[in-house]
Amino acid sequence: MTLPPDQTPRPRLWPDLKGSLGQSEEGARSALIAAASTLILIALVLWWVLTSEAWPAVQKQFFNPEHFRAAWPEVVRGFWLNVRMFLVAEVLILGFALLLAMIRSLRGPAFLPLRALVVVFIDLIRGLPIILLILLLGFGIPALQLPGVPNSPLFWGVAALVISYSAYTAEVYRAGIESVHESQRMSGRSLGLTQVQSLRYVLVPQAIRNVVPALLNGFVSLQKDVALVFILGIREAVRAAQIYNARTFNYTGYVVAAVLFLLVSVPVARFTDWYTERDRRRKQAMGSG
Amino acid sequence: MFFYRRNSSRFIAALAAMALLVAACSSDDAGSAGGESCEFGDLNLTTADTLTVATGEPVFPPWMGVGDDNFDVPESKTGFEGALVYELAAILGFSDEQVVFVRTGFDEAIAPGSKDWDFNIQQYSITDDREEVVDFSLPYYVTSQSLVTYPDSPFADASTIDDLKDAKLGVAIGTTSLDFVEDVIQPNTEPSVYDENVDVEAAMNAGQIDGLVVDLPTAYFVTAVQVEGSIIAGQFEADAAAPDEYGLLFADGNSLVSCVDVVLGQMRDDGTLQSLEDEWLTQDGAVPIISG
Repeated sequence: MTLPPDQTPRPRLWPDLKGSLGQSEEGARSALIAAASTLILIALVLWWVLTSEAWPAVQKQFFNPEHFRAAWPEVVRGFWLNVRMFLVAEVLILGFALLLAMIRSLRGPAFLPLRALVVVFIDLIRGLPIILLILLLGFGIPALQLPGVPNSPLFWGVAALVISYSAYTAEVYRAGIESVHESQRMSGRSLGLTQVQSLRYVLVPQAIRNVVPALLNGFVSLQKDVALVFILGIREAVRAAQIYNARTFNYTGYVVAAVLFLLVSVPVARFTDWYTERDRRRKQAMGSG
Repeated sequence: MFFYRRNSSRFIAALAAMALLVAACSSDDAGSAGGESCEFGDLNLTTADTLTVATGEPVFPPWMGVGDDNFDVPESKTGFEGALVYELAAILGFSDEQVVFVRTGFDEAIAPGSKDWDFNIQQYSITDDREEVVDFSLPYYVTSQSLVTYPDSPFADASTIDDLKDAKLGVAIGTTSLDFVEDVIQPNTEPSVYDENVDVEAAMNAGQIDGLVVDLPTAYFVTAVQVEGSIIAGQFEADAAAPDEYGLLFADGNSLVSCVDVVLGQMRDDGTLQSLEDEWLTQDGAVPIISG
């Protein structure tokens, strides 16, 4: 079925810089051309920006090493909160969204009310800007002062993200489930599995594998969107940078935040590409084997 | 206290210089500053013959737009800053029609690059750090911070800063209230920071914070209009060594600031600023003091 490990082409973390030329001499030449044109482009852009009349002012306000150091501790402290928020939220989203998708994939008239409920929920939530959902849940629900209901802005901010992202993620799962051939469901049913069992043991495991890249993509998106909870007064990284900016009128704190976000999201994006490529090659290998 | 390190001797020196200048140039209306002419035709303006004034969106009483029909209408010439702008413009030689308001966000106002307004007025506190990237006029108002809360709050009767150690406080971003809370009150729980005072109020309604720290004039508006049933629990003793002063904000290096400073100096000396303050910012009834 599969090639021996030493013959399996290894997926790359970075896009293939050489293009798809097979012969090594041509490959080397095209790599040289690619490197040269990249360097020239970077040099041109740098020249264009650095010779701009306003560059010294921009550098002073945006890329100021002194302010970078000064803003670093408070922005990092805020970012640690971001990390905890998106890790907790992601786990809840993956679970809740799968539940929604499974309900939506149930067949038969008896499940209609459940399916309808999920469809309405997903439509409503996807139709609302996340920021509105955060404001409505974060300030609205605690204002009702219901006994036993938490009023923490952190709780409701993360809850709003989980609800919103689950609606999108449920659709990702559903696409995955629908991409599994109908015969799989039938086979499961013919083995005597119930609807829920055939979803759980036959369809979902195959579906998830198909949508892992899309799920990772959603995770990258979530990492940045958790910053939106600052509207509730939560001092995460972007808010911390904003506070620094308001105090000093210097924007370097925003650059600190940007660097931190990139440090986390770029590796995930690279991993997604690597995973997708590996998966593609495996499937190809299986097809040809 | 770092952010308040303000050189008051510099301010006094500037005032003295101003007085001399005004005396020396009493022959003409606006005088001149630093060798530059403040004649109407020589003013450094972004749009010729027009004073383009930037402010926030929306603007709130008692700063601008006071009265039922005037909310968010700076052209109504009402409110402390609204009236101040027209007084200042008149002395510089502008007619009321030549004063044009534009709206900017807080960030937009301080971003590098050219500006399409002459100055920005929205209760900007003057600090040394900020002065490195923009220019401020002389101060036109010295504010004190105050605490807004509900009468049934355990902090409603606070009389010293120590009484507030356990309070969960909220402030709006861009105000020096945050520095005041962190540096002077130093509560055990980190204060929450919101985009606008309206969001702080939402958090107060939601029971997420015990109170809002805000400058006293804004507190009058918050308690009277924005948060039903809230009260001003007290105003904090001002730090005489580091007053919290509001200034007009100019793009770095704008020569107009020296002419505006001459006029503001005049308005201070002849009592105009004080009477504007009495008209728009002072309220009857004493606010209790929360001491340090």
